[in-house]
Amino acid sequence: MTDTQDGCYDAFLDALEASDGYYYECADGHALVPPRRVCPHCGDRELERVELPETGSIVTHTTVAVPTPQFEDDAPYVTAIATFGQAKLTGILRDVDPNDVEIGQEVTVTVDTAETTGDRTITFDRHS
Amino acid sequence: MSKAFVAGTGMTAFGTFPDRRGRDMFAEAGLAALDDAGLGPEDIDEVFYGNFIGTLAENQGHQGPLAAEALGTTAPSRRVESACASSGLAIRDAVRAVRSGEADVVVAGGMERMSNMGTAGATDGLARAADDLFEIRSGVTFPAAYALMARAYFDEFGGDREDLAHIAVKNHDNALVNDHAHLQEEITVDDVLESPEIAAPLTLYDACPISDGAAALVLLSPSYAEEHGLDSGVAITGSGHGGDTMALQDRQSLATAPATRDAAEEAYDDAGISPDDVGFVEVHDCFTIAEVLALEGLGLYSYGEGIGAARRGETRRDGDLPVNLSGGLKAKGHPVGATGAAQVAAVSNLLTGIHPRADAVSEDVTVGLAHNAGGTVASAAVHVLEVTR
Repeated sequence: MTDTQDGCYDAFLDALEASDGYYYECADGHALVPPRRVCPHCGDRELERVELPETGSIVTHTTVAVPTPQFEDDAPYVTAIATFGQAKLTGILRDVDPNDVEIGQEVTVTVDTAETTGDRTITFDRHS
Repeated sequence: MSKAFVAGTGMTAFGTFPDRRGRDMFAEAGLAALDDAGLGPEDIDEVFYGNFIGTLAENQGHQGPLAAEALGTTAPSRRVESACASSGLAIRDAVRAVRSGEADVVVAGGMERMSNMGTAGATDGLARAADDLFEIRSGVTFPAAYALMARAYFDEFGGDREDLAHIAVKNHDNALVNDHAHLQEEITVDDVLESPEIAAPLTLYDACPISDGAAALVLLSPSYAEEHGLDSGVAITGSGHGGDTMALQDRQSLATAPATRDAAEEAYDDAGISPDDVGFVEVHDCFTIAEVLALEGLGLYSYGEGIGAARRGETRRDGDLPVNLSGGLKAKGHPVGATGAAQVAAVSNLLTGIHPRADAVSEDVTVGLAHNAGGTVASAAVHVLEVTR
């Protein structure tokens, strides 16, 4: 388990797990996933905490057949990037047939553990 | 801005050499480049050496001095690490050293040894060019990252897997006469479409192989080249470097490569040329979709148009804009830290006529370009090479 070493990121995962997700927004409206001290797009340091919308939408996805050793027992699995309001998250889509995944599909976000390592990972579920 | 003359090039064969240490491969490439230039280790002012995962692959950090030592010198040397753009950026540092007047003779190159790590180990190592918190922990491998971009590209601009397959077929075909290439094997569109899936929609033949190898160049200041009669007739006249966020999720568009665009604009301005002047290119095609992103980022195609270029024949060696005459990363191979230097060496050799595919470069072509990308193009290095006489 490596999670204990990543304080701010851990806190973010805790919040996602508790359905209390958030992201940061800078004065120019750039949406940023924690941990961040500064906006990489404009250098703004006045980041405001914004509530993450409950549902997101898949913008792209892939089915990984050849994983890293950390995901050996998880493969094949679907990794997707989904937009929640202005923010984008990358996570693993749980309990789906890869052939049924489509861009635009609505998802919710939580945290689950990877099968191989038991490490926590951002996880999407299809919104029903 | 002054030029940096290319006085010599050298590379090992790219392939699977799990028993060869990196220092030996870099010695072979670097000494060949020095021999080509007619210079010796005692002439070297500085060494710039690209390498990405040597710390994992060979249990070896601090590889700069080791690289210099392999060439027979203790001249100052540094390792440049920028994932797959490591030696493209080593060359940029070398160009800047020569242009600033701080060095007259530099060796710039790179090496990677990966096959000894096995497929799982290399996949793990290469994934580290992505963002650990935001991507690797969500199961993103390197093929997966490019697959995410490929799917986003199809969604935004159109195109399909068959368009991508034509890119692989073209690059394999170009490599058939390149004895340094990892894969000298003719393939068909069906071969690509029917090869095993690695990260949908990308299959095995959309991907470059896991390669070992090294490449190096000797670059000279104009004054040194003139004084010693070493003007090879080809120089690096433009250099650019672009950057972007590490994680794909932080980018506005997942279907474009702004770092390539920024690097290209800087390199074109530096050389005083426009994309219209470019006769042929070596671009970073670690996956077939990467060639598309590169051609569009370089301004050689407008967004959405690059995907069909190979299928239409425009980027084949008899087309208007030959792309990856060496075979590209796809077929020549991709020893990560050596790739950028190998591309610049290929462009130089194509311009001087000593490359096995030089007959595809028309006599009136005087400008070639090399594009090297790091990560999912969070780094990009672009170099313009021109015939100077």
